[in-house]
Amino acid sequence: MTTPSQTVGPFFGYGLPYEGGSELVPGWRPDAIRVRGRVLDGAGEPVPDALVEIWQADGSGEIPRRPGGLVRAGHDFSGFGRCPTDAAGGYWFGTVKPGPVGEGAPYIAVLVFARGLLKPVFTRLYFPEDGAAHGTDPLLAEVPAERRATLIAEREGEREYRFDIHLQGERETVFLGF
Amino acid sequence: MTDPHPPYLSPGYRSTVLRAPARELVMPKLGPDSVELTSPVFGHQELGRLDNDLTRQHSGEPIGERIIVTGRVLDGAGRPVPDALVEVWQANAAGRYPHLADQHPAPLDPNFTGAGRCLTDADGRYRFVTIKPGAYPWRNHHNAWRPAHIHFSVFGTAFTQRLVTQMYFPGDPLFPFDPIFQSIPRQEDREKLICRFDMDTTVPEWALGHQWDIVLGDTPMEA
Ligand SMILES: [Fe+2]
Repeated sequence: MTTPSQTVGPFFGYGLPYEGGSELVPGWRPDAIRVRGRVLDGAGEPVPDALVEIWQADGSGEIPRRPGGLVRAGHDFSGFGRCPTDAAGGYWFGTVKPGPVGEGAPYIAVLVFARGLLKPVFTRLYFPEDGAAHGTDPLLAEVPAERRATLIAEREGEREYRFDIHLQGERETVFLGF
Repeated sequence: MTDPHPPYLSPGYRSTVLRAPARELVMPKLGPDSVELTSPVFGHQELGRLDNDLTRQHSGEPIGERIIVTGRVLDGAGRPVPDALVEVWQANAAGRYPHLADQHPAPLDPNFTGAGRCLTDADGRYRFVTIKPGAYPWRNHHNAWRPAHIHFSVFGTAFTQRLVTQMYFPGDPLFPFDPIFQSIPRQEDREKLICRFDMDTTVPEWALGHQWDIVLGDTPMEA
């Protein structure tokens, strides 16, 4: 029944990205955070033709149920962002730190599409300051201890995080299947 | 049920070799959680009125065969998915994308960009007016050509249902030679990516019509 996936290919750049796709909230907001990182291949080379999408709860842990993912209008938080990687494989998002939803530690759901990926990879970005909550997070408990760090962003500064996504290789990011 | 999707690693498509994850995916015992089981909401106010008509985005008409592509977005149980965002992008009639990285020496069409989007209606139906894209060469192997296709991106009701795929046209002679199409393991699954010519969708004196339904993976909650 299910329609099979195919690669996003190299030419999505004029079709999928849109104005403000990276900026879920304006940078002047006091609760704004910035997440940036690179998408890398199995040789450690940047992937310059990937598309990164995020989906997350708002700062209070509520899952947004209102539009605003395509047209960033004022103060509404839509929870969705989309950023194509640049020549160095880099992407970034301006957003808020999600509050916890249910039992688990706060996280941002991350999807990566790319030329050479016949279907997307799905992962989670957790925050480094939530170490205590990570200890009881049901998903992290299922990830082999030595690979857990691939799901936790690094703090780069006040309200700034780094999250590199390794599609393959020694530091391959943990990807989820459902 | 057999997985209809291609494997990550499909060496005939060379770019998969260094990009396919090599480790086993982690399959959470509890499945996706409430964030992953929801999806962004998109509204009509975020789309332009002509976003689903790729032939009317410029001052003149694009060159090529005008077509209508329509169908329904359905969930695994066959129920329509209303208000689903469907995005498309494609080459022009000559097989050329207006993208800097596209080096194919075929003409650009000043009246055709080739990107569109729409929201499905209450019946889960989307509809685009466009022109039939041309086949184009790529550098995967000697004399490599992609069968004519339209790229589709679809949101379901869960972020885990997110689908990006390509729609092909019936009877394309390039199917057996295309490692992307052939990356799908079973022929019956490949055929789900081929639209169907439909006389009832065809508009007299104006455009040929094609039907293509998109079935999203089961909402994991129901599995
Ligand atoms: Fe293409």
